[in-house]
Amino acid sequence: MRPTKWWTAAAAVGLLVLAACGDNADSGSGSGPGGIKPPKIDKMASLGAGEGSVNIIAWAGYVENGSTDPKVDWVTGFEKETGCKVNVKIGATSDEMVTLMKTGEYDTVSASGDASLRLIYGGDVAPVNTDLIPNYKDVFDGLKNKAWNSVDGVSYGVPHGRGANLLMYRTDSVNPAPTSWSAVFDPSSPYKGKVTAYDSPIYIADAALYLMKTKPDLGIKNPYALDDKQFNAAVDLLKQQNKIIGEYWSDYTKEVSAFKAGNSVLGTTWQVIVNLAKADSAPVEAILPSEGATGWSDTWMVAAKAKHPNCAYKWMNHIISPEANAAVAEWFGEAPSNKLACGKTADANHCATFHAEDEAYFDKVWYWTTPITQCVDGRTDVKCKDYAAWTQAWTEIKG
Amino acid sequence: MVKPSVESAEPAKPARRVQPVGRRVSAWLHRHAGVRLTALLVAPLTWLVVAYLGALGVLLVSAFWTVNGFTGDVVHQPTVDNFRTIVSEAVYRRVTIRSIGVAAAVTVVTAVIALPMAFYMAKVARPGRRRWLVIAILTPLWASYLVKAYAWRVLLANGGPIDSLLGGPGRGPGYGLTATVIVLSYLWLPYMILPLFAGLERLPDSLLEASADLGARSWRTFRSVVMPMIVPSLFAGSIFTFSLSLGDYITVQIVGGKTQLIGNLVYANIGAANNLPFAAALATIPVAVMVIYLFAVRRSGALEEL
Repeated sequence: MRPTKWWTAAAAVGLLVLAACGDNADSGSGSGPGGIKPPKIDKMASLGAGEGSVNIIAWAGYVENGSTDPKVDWVTGFEKETGCKVNVKIGATSDEMVTLMKTGEYDTVSASGDASLRLIYGGDVAPVNTDLIPNYKDVFDGLKNKAWNSVDGVSYGVPHGRGANLLMYRTDSVNPAPTSWSAVFDPSSPYKGKVTAYDSPIYIADAALYLMKTKPDLGIKNPYALDDKQFNAAVDLLKQQNKIIGEYWSDYTKEVSAFKAGNSVLGTTWQVIVNLAKADSAPVEAILPSEGATGWSDTWMVAAKAKHPNCAYKWMNHIISPEANAAVAEWFGEAPSNKLACGKTADANHCATFHAEDEAYFDKVWYWTTPITQCVDGRTDVKCKDYAAWTQAWTEIKG
Repeated sequence: MVKPSVESAEPAKPARRVQPVGRRVSAWLHRHAGVRLTALLVAPLTWLVVAYLGALGVLLVSAFWTVNGFTGDVVHQPTVDNFRTIVSEAVYRRVTIRSIGVAAAVTVVTAVIALPMAFYMAKVARPGRRRWLVIAILTPLWASYLVKAYAWRVLLANGGPIDSLLGGPGRGPGYGLTATVIVLSYLWLPYMILPLFAGLERLPDSLLEASADLGARSWRTFRSVVMPMIVPSLFAGSIFTFSLSLGDYITVQIVGGKTQLIGNLVYANIGAANNLPFAAALATIPVAVMVIYLFAVRRSGALEEL
């Protein structure tokens, strides 16, 4: 009978654990976007002394201390000047960044538009007192207080920079050079098995963007606002694309190695990956295809429960300073957010090349945005697919 | 010059009147069997119940929660939605079957490679050499899992060593399901060889000789004498290879191309989608598969071989 006793004891403890978990069962956070307001969190009133370190979540290439390339370094100077030691965690996708921010271990994050609102409404980030950030006044007005970095006129971060997702190809094997996204959606592609795509549900927007240009009768106005029919068309396109995909990437080092070896020869990328692959002597080029592209407009945000808020503010001020903003914009391959950064780039034409002041150009770039049930293109007669549905579909697409 | 100390060489005099504390405690414990047992079991039981079963319990409970799709906060209201999705969507069935297939293939491949290897080690090699062979089998386990997996990514790369061996770029398997099975078989091979080796070592040589004396050829001996006796070892090894393969997601991410297994879905739901409840629901699939597998294996007596 002894085993029975053990089992009883184990079951009893198990039940206790369950009961303890059950106690936490609060009401959740309710109805989602639309009616709800972000949790009330106070912004910092005044800046104090640095705490000695700052924990950052960033996109690859946003926080460089010279270890990737000795010439690429805008962290060491910051650490010396402020005494804030920089600890960085690279996020591969926006989803990963949101998950990491929820751990409460990090002070600041470079959030794209498909993460920022989720962080704001989740109560994970605090409003930012832009008066405490001297460099904020030099940020392009076209980037301030936008839908993805503010709510009801309250700013939740400082703009970092913006850019477009590009199409990368190997110059030695892809002939002729692609000009359109059709190269990665062609079911009879000669590069079958060597095409790559970004491994995140947000990539569905790339397919939607392509359909927006090639199948006008679907009526897609915004690749992040897809009703049932439009969504299914995008998912079908991606399921068909899956047959010619060799590998999906989210870890940027994986894409560099795949292009270098030739396992991938064609697919979506970021400018910084092109730079790294070229530095690794891979014969690659990247273009902005004729359909336009999805892209990002990133925002530095500060955690609601930051353990090092002063260092986080100092970092936000530093990363949008003309010098650092110019350096990161050139290294990552994006348009800087600080007007004065355009005068500090090593390549004098950088701001022109990346259309830093060209709002008309950025009208054609569809910044990553979190898809929600209320269509973000303003339609009220239909319901759009929300991000949970996108995530579900992404699993199905990969099969 | 240091003189050797004379005093330190003297034996310490035992205290005669007062017994040492340790002695008294052990005497007391000797009289109280119940306390003794409790003290002995409290640590392992705490570990088993709290850390092990507790974690499983939390997993099972959270599988019935959901996540707010927009803010990503967990909604603590029990529902079976997660399981309904898993059962109703064809993709999860496909991935489950694929994962079980990979685990089974890895088990078969490692068994086929490990059997002759273990037989040689246990029955043919001289004892001196045997020790070296065991060390050679164990050595790869010292290297980091990630390093080994990335080494295979290089080996299997387009135009890499395996391609050149087979005659040029694109001739090798490349990244995909085949590569996953190859690399997992490489990684888990020691876990199959060792139980087989232990089982074969216990097989008396006299049985093989008797079989030969009775006129059986080597195949017949293998089939009728060796096999029945090492089946439990084979199952014991297969528990390792099968369960390790079933839960793996790193190898398939590195060399699997676009393949996704259960582990990837769990990882994607935790890391990317921030949907811990759904990940928990998915994670019950391998648990269920392993429970069924263990029940099947138990009948063979293999669990005594662990």
